[in-house]
Amino acid sequence: MKHEEIIFSGFGGQGALFAGQLLAYAGMAEGRQVSWIPSYGPEMRGGTANCTVIVSDDEIGAPIIKNPTSAVVLNLPSMEKYEPLVKPGGVLVVNTSLVEVKSTRADLRVIYVPASDIAGELGNPRMANLVMLGALIAATDIVSLETVGQELGVHLSERQRKWLEPNKAALAKGAELARL
Amino acid sequence: MVKELLKGNVAFAEAALRYGLEAYFGYPITPQSEALEHLSGRMLEEGRVFLQAESELGAINMVYGAACSGVRVMTSTSGPGFSLMEEGLSYIAGSEIPVVVVNMMRGGPGLGNIQPSQGDYFLMTKTAGHGDFRPIVLAPASVQEIIDMMGLAFDLAEKYRTLVLIAGDGAIGQMMESAELPPMQPVRKERPAWAVTGAQDRDMNLITSLYLNPDRLEEVNWRLQAKLAVIRENEVRCKEYETADADLLLVAYGTVGRICLSVMREARAQGLKVGLLRPQTLWPFPEKRLLELAGQVRGMLVVEMSAGQMLEDVERAVRGKTPVQFYGRLGGIVPLVDEVAAALRKLDEETSQEK
Amino acid sequence: MNTQTNIPEDMELVYGFPEALTEVSTHYCPGCTHGVVHRLVAEVIDELGIRGTTIGVAPVGCAVLAYNYFNVDFVEAAHGRAPAMATGLKRVNPDKVVFTYQGDGDLAAIGTAEIIHAATRGELITTVFINNAIYGMTGGQMAPTTLPGMITTSTPTGRDPILAGYPVKMTELLAQIAGSAYITRQMAADVPSILKAKRAIKRAFLTQMHGLGFACVEVLSTCPTNWNMDPWKAMEWVKETLAPAYPLGDYKMTDEVKALEVR
Repeated sequence: MKHEEIIFSGFGGQGALFAGQLLAYAGMAEGRQVSWIPSYGPEMRGGTANCTVIVSDDEIGAPIIKNPTSAVVLNLPSMEKYEPLVKPGGVLVVNTSLVEVKSTRADLRVIYVPASDIAGELGNPRMANLVMLGALIAATDIVSLETVGQELGVHLSERQRKWLEPNKAALAKGAELARL
Repeated sequence: MVKELLKGNVAFAEAALRYGLEAYFGYPITPQSEALEHLSGRMLEEGRVFLQAESELGAINMVYGAACSGVRVMTSTSGPGFSLMEEGLSYIAGSEIPVVVVNMMRGGPGLGNIQPSQGDYFLMTKTAGHGDFRPIVLAPASVQEIIDMMGLAFDLAEKYRTLVLIAGDGAIGQMMESAELPPMQPVRKERPAWAVTGAQDRDMNLITSLYLNPDRLEEVNWRLQAKLAVIRENEVRCKEYETADADLLLVAYGTVGRICLSVMREARAQGLKVGLLRPQTLWPFPEKRLLELAGQVRGMLVVEMSAGQMLEDVERAVRGKTPVQFYGRLGGIVPLVDEVAAALRKLDEETSQEK
Repeated sequence: MNTQTNIPEDMELVYGFPEALTEVSTHYCPGCTHGVVHRLVAEVIDELGIRGTTIGVAPVGCAVLAYNYFNVDFVEAAHGRAPAMATGLKRVNPDKVVFTYQGDGDLAAIGTAEIIHAATRGELITTVFINNAIYGMTGGQMAPTTLPGMITTSTPTGRDPILAGYPVKMTELLAQIAGSAYITRQMAADVPSILKAKRAIKRAFLTQMHGLGFACVEVLSTCPTNWNMDPWKAMEWVKETLAPAYPLGDYKMTDEVKALEVR
């Protein structure tokens, strides 16, 4: 039985919550049980924003967990908070554009991605969340990259529709780097 | 119907609308404002009534007024707003009209914070207003369950002409899960015979909670209690997980209920025979079933996001027949699986010595 | 009217018992004008032919039992919340006529927020506001409208504005609000003023029926018991003391309301 618990974390505005939602949509599209729960409140305004996504073959129990199987950290405070918490054997995806420190955990698979830089090269640094999601998916196979791309097409807001192809490119680039 | 990824607050609001909600009156308060925002657009789209009130006092009394006309009407709020609504809730109970109120509990007392809590258990199950009454209190643990409970809430409210509360928490409101919404129902056209709709070709209808004559008021109260006795007998709901062979029992509701589901699975994987009873109605409370289980298990662990409120009902239900221990987190902290597991191990150790 | 039977063919009925009133004695004190204003409202309901489509909202205060006297559908609100309850009723029954009947404690103290916001929304309800400058039901305590210097059971040496604040003028306040269409102050102190008050109440109901906005009729009224006066003196006191402090007149009347024909 597959059961994955992923935390996405970054500054408010970096798209951690949306990346998490996209994973939840993709999980649902593949017929899995999913839950998505954000941290909410004043800390969302400019502070750290994080969400927990659970994708499981079984009815989901606790929606809020302490030790995720994977963590996607978009900034340094998130790295400091979640690096120690990932379960042994888990995956940690680090945005090296903003996080210069290295992980000290030997029991994790750590993927370093200069996500903000790559996103900038693809046209918009705000797509860093998709680069990170692409890397996570390549490293974990929680869902297929195709499903994520497909759900992106459905859930990208009207206003951001013009960013669909660049976003898909960001996903692919992140995945490619994770497979290296 | 298809499954959608839905946020709890949006899900219960849309579900209520699809179950034929004719009017919504509310006042914004975190962590349930998404419900009000969702209905502000959808109710008007469907030609129904939405109004943002000047306060929770205003909102509940608008609900009271509309409910007197026999329409499906509701409001939603969180702790501080619920406190303000208690005045109206008591009048609603006293005049025996059907109303549904959702309370997405947050940390208290006072302004507290906006994180998930279960600190309003007493407030909802025992003291939802002055006087002598009990509302039916439903406790959902998932987005799908809060959707389903909206329909149940309206049905029970109308069946018994009573107040039905939904005891959610910030986590249920903010969480997104895959869930299925009910098909769209139109609003009900006919109004019940007791409703105030204008005394055209009939005697006047009166809806009041005022009975100056104590004999008359006692009579009204006895009738109310008789109705509550029927509810107590017939409307208890709870969900059991692996209780058949359990010798330890977790008791928790709402978000904490599903956290305990994870605790139970881990404990089972380690060979501990643990079961879970998750009350879906907090009033009426599943006391009979708990008493039965008290004769089966060697101990119970009650887990809440409070200092131990439902705990008192569990203790009352089991009548000392089994040890009852408690683990709680306060102030908007959600208990984690590890913490509850540690409390469960403690219960296991202490009760296995006894046997 | 209920007393239409047995009228000889060569005569016409000029005065009778309104159909919108029940034929019971009220609990009001001798000389209290609640009974008078009840009757005015009932006559208006009869004359407009809306007994079967009207819903009344009773307050908390001396008029708490108003529903025993009106022969129309009624609900009993919590103290001060009548305008909120009326809002709920009207929004789900836009084709019905909804009115609140409130005293000064109900409307001008505990229910200030509800009445102000009903007015701001231009809620299509009609409010009859009885101002007798005192709390009658609870035994003569200070009301928000009690005059400076006036002795009540909670201002035994007279209302001192430094300690207890100033009287609140709700009609003046409500007239400022964009959603209100017809805001007027009348009194029930003698035959001419009572007849005038009735026309105002009728205009206020018509304002609602024509969808013109929120309407409120303040009626300066008596409380002989708690004023420690006989009924006659109480009527005189309304004219000589209360009315100068709360000047009578139409404080707001939109053109549409002005154009209504009130017979």
